[in-house]
Amino acid sequence: MLALFYFFVAVAFAIGVWQVNKLLTYRVIFNEIKDGKKTITLENDNNPIATEKDNNLQGKLFLIFLIGFYLLMGYCLIFLQDIMLPDSASIEGEDYDNLYRITFWLIGVVQFITQALLYFFAYKYRGVKGTKATFFADSHKLELIWTTIPTVVLAVLILYGLSIWNDVTDLEGDDAILVEVYAKQFAWEARYAGRDNELGRGNVRNIEGANSMGIDLTDAKSSDDIPVRELHLPVGKKVVFKFRSQDVLHSAYMPHFRAQMNCVPGMVTEFGFTPKFTTEEMRQQKDVIRKVASVNKVRQANGDDAYEFDYLLLCNKICGPSHYNMQMKIVVESEKDYLIWLNQQKTAKELFKL
Amino acid sequence: MSEHHHKETFVTKYIFSLDHKMISKQFLVTGMIMGVIGVLMSLLFRLQIAWPEQSFSIIEAFLPERFQSETGVMKPDIYLALVTIHGTIMVFFVLTAGLSGTFSNLLIPLQIGARDMASGFMNCLSFWLFFISSVIMVVSLFVQAGPASAGWTIYPPLSALPQAIPGSGTGMTLWLVSMAIFIAQSLIGSLNYIVTILNLRTKGMTMTRLPLTMWALFITAIIGVVSFPVLFSAALLLIFDRSFGTSFYLSDIFIGGEVLNYQGGSPVLFEHLFWFLGHPEVYIVLLPALGLTSEIISTNSRKPIFGYRAMIGSIMAIAFLSTIVWGHHMFISGMNPFLGSVFTFTTLLIAIPSAVKAFNYITTLWKGNLQFNPAMLFSIGLVSTFITGGLTGIVLGDSALDINVHDTYFVVAHFHLVMGVSAIYGMYAGIYHWFPKMYGRMMNKTLGYVHFWITAIAAYGVFFPMHFIGLAGLPRRYYTNTNFPLFDDLANVNQVMTIFALIGGVAQIVFLVNFFMSIYKGKVASQNPWRSNTLEWTTPVEHVHGNWPGEIPEVFRWPYDYSKVDENGEYIFGEDYIMQTVPLKAGEEES
Repeated sequence: MLALFYFFVAVAFAIGVWQVNKLLTYRVIFNEIKDGKKTITLENDNNPIATEKDNNLQGKLFLIFLIGFYLLMGYCLIFLQDIMLPDSASIEGEDYDNLYRITFWLIGVVQFITQALLYFFAYKYRGVKGTKATFFADSHKLELIWTTIPTVVLAVLILYGLSIWNDVTDLEGDDAILVEVYAKQFAWEARYAGRDNELGRGNVRNIEGANSMGIDLTDAKSSDDIPVRELHLPVGKKVVFKFRSQDVLHSAYMPHFRAQMNCVPGMVTEFGFTPKFTTEEMRQQKDVIRKVASVNKVRQANGDDAYEFDYLLLCNKICGPSHYNMQMKIVVESEKDYLIWLNQQKTAKELFKL
Repeated sequence: MSEHHHKETFVTKYIFSLDHKMISKQFLVTGMIMGVIGVLMSLLFRLQIAWPEQSFSIIEAFLPERFQSETGVMKPDIYLALVTIHGTIMVFFVLTAGLSGTFSNLLIPLQIGARDMASGFMNCLSFWLFFISSVIMVVSLFVQAGPASAGWTIYPPLSALPQAIPGSGTGMTLWLVSMAIFIAQSLIGSLNYIVTILNLRTKGMTMTRLPLTMWALFITAIIGVVSFPVLFSAALLLIFDRSFGTSFYLSDIFIGGEVLNYQGGSPVLFEHLFWFLGHPEVYIVLLPALGLTSEIISTNSRKPIFGYRAMIGSIMAIAFLSTIVWGHHMFISGMNPFLGSVFTFTTLLIAIPSAVKAFNYITTLWKGNLQFNPAMLFSIGLVSTFITGGLTGIVLGDSALDINVHDTYFVVAHFHLVMGVSAIYGMYAGIYHWFPKMYGRMMNKTLGYVHFWITAIAAYGVFFPMHFIGLAGLPRRYYTNTNFPLFDDLANVNQVMTIFALIGGVAQIVFLVNFFMSIYKGKVASQNPWRSNTLEWTTPVEHVHGNWPGEIPEVFRWPYDYSKVDENGEYIFGEDYIMQTVPLKAGEEES
């Protein structure tokens, strides 16, 4: 790879030197302008304004560039599929994926057509001496067409997008599992609401010793809360997350679930989704197998251990020097396994000996 | 006035010049120096992200030792500092002051037919404030703990607390001081531009005879005046929080083992204030580029720009909408979801005038007689990247879709194409086109072609694949991706992108060589080298005070009478262009 780069550097420099050399071959010309003053200029045959030959060459280069650009787009669209995120692992994310597909088809088609027109016109109408450009300054019909069509298409996209946005951000409903996700430089913690499914108050002013999330231990709702260091979620049940941060902005990003929300100090933010597959089921998904194979190919070449798929929570808002390594594993499992795991965890009451 | 008042000393001519043409050159050269610094930084952090564990002699050479680990690899907070300062420099110092400052100053008096700016003194002041703010920004790179490193958006609390990241100490203070001065220069400049365009147009230069460049620069100045003061207050409140213990943005913070004495503030307030400028800023950067290109595409197509009035309409629509869409940067900030819906609606509306502009450019090429001067190549390149980058805006502006791509490399790819590369292309196009007006000489054409093609290939080579690693979920501003096996298969893509970035960086050397050589050795320009219609080409090649030696010419027509023919299909005045100063022929209809 680097060799290729050095090669290009060498080529670029060679061209540069050649051209600079050309610049230096200017002839010195003494001009006489009005008042008998003399000026000295340097001239050579290089015409700084495009000639017919230039127009011809550059026009053709635009056509070649178009073909190259199409190849690049095609390559990325086809061969980079392996590295993409798999289909959504949350039920709410299905609509997301749907809207995503529609939007991408749409912008893809527009991209292919407009780029083709642009570069093809550049090629087709490259300047030739003696031809006249067409004086064509205005057309209300055309203007109307390309104002109306985008308006209609965008109206549809806006309406569909907003209906999904409303669904995703609607967190009403009683039987959702309530989980607090707590961010700090540079780790995640979490707290389950416990039997009463209500979280006790929290504030950084309560942080002391093992109470690292600042749970208000005087709040009756706190005693059955369950502080944890790993997230377990039951499949098929809606989970509502409440996010807090103790120091700077963080962003809780769970890409496989199409979920993200900032964690803001001094404020509680929220987001929710319903996991669709357990971690085990997800590992059997076609997309995931493909992605894992793609990762393991690289890891094998580097001599690293094989990678196994896990859901992740990452920080996606710049939060300090170690921002790049702020993650928490998420395990999605059957409701039975989830409850077993949850019962093994200590409640705040047990942890802090209330 | 006595004779010796006219005599210029070195200081009044080259340093504290009041002449708009000299000031524009000062803006350009300062902007270019800042550009070199900004681009070099991006190459350094691209090397780090592509080969995280490797040490490079170039990094060891450029970074002070305290910014490197023992093995010669840059430290994580220095990576973030480079990202931060790269963003700040490119957005504000290169693409705002360097682009708009250069061409507003050069072109406004020349294209509207004025002797100079309304206030030469304010103009001079504006440049020197810009220069001071540039110096402070560069000085901030050398402070002990490193420069500001909270991202160019400097969200508090990260930017407010030195405990959170070392760069938020002195580095951040200097950043804020520099930006405060920068905002002052921008406001002074913008007011001057607006007043000049409104009041100093020559006889016959009605608003609907202004070149689109003027319209773009005029509207840009208005957006600047509306939105920059808000960033100023945002910065001021941040200074208060940092230095005087107020709690505008800070609340309930536990860091370094202690609770800080802040209560009741909200970082979301800062985000609102920041993006109230931050989004219009995109158009402050982009509109001048589009304005310059409109002129260049029309001239070099030998055709009128298609839909002149629709273009003005879309510039105004974009400008208006740009001030009410800032919330699309904050869909997942914790802001009320209903507010998110409103911002989705306004944001996607902005696609309509943008689409109109793109289609109008393409139609202008149609059946033209295209003259591929380097300026024209960059203009076509701009239309291409504007479309590619603009289309992905439809994804990001949709609150529902934004959730999963927010703050990933998809965003980085989007804005680099639509405002970064596009605006830089516009700036290059402008430099190639108006170089003869600035320096009285021509730039070398072949070097221009080489510069364009390498840059065009490199730009897509870097930013097109970048969309896909973003769609793979890769967050931006990660020092290294090696802590996530999930991203291991993106490493190759990152390396290819870095190689293209380095190629693109090297190509800019070709431009710099061409630029500085041509100042001294370029071919002497003729008065109207591109056979253009606008007023600046009626001024003599050698700069004179007051621009025109005699009377200011009167204007009789719009600026786009290219290839206008009579009933017999012959050019009306025998040439394929008719300058604005040519009166209408008997029986000729005004276009």
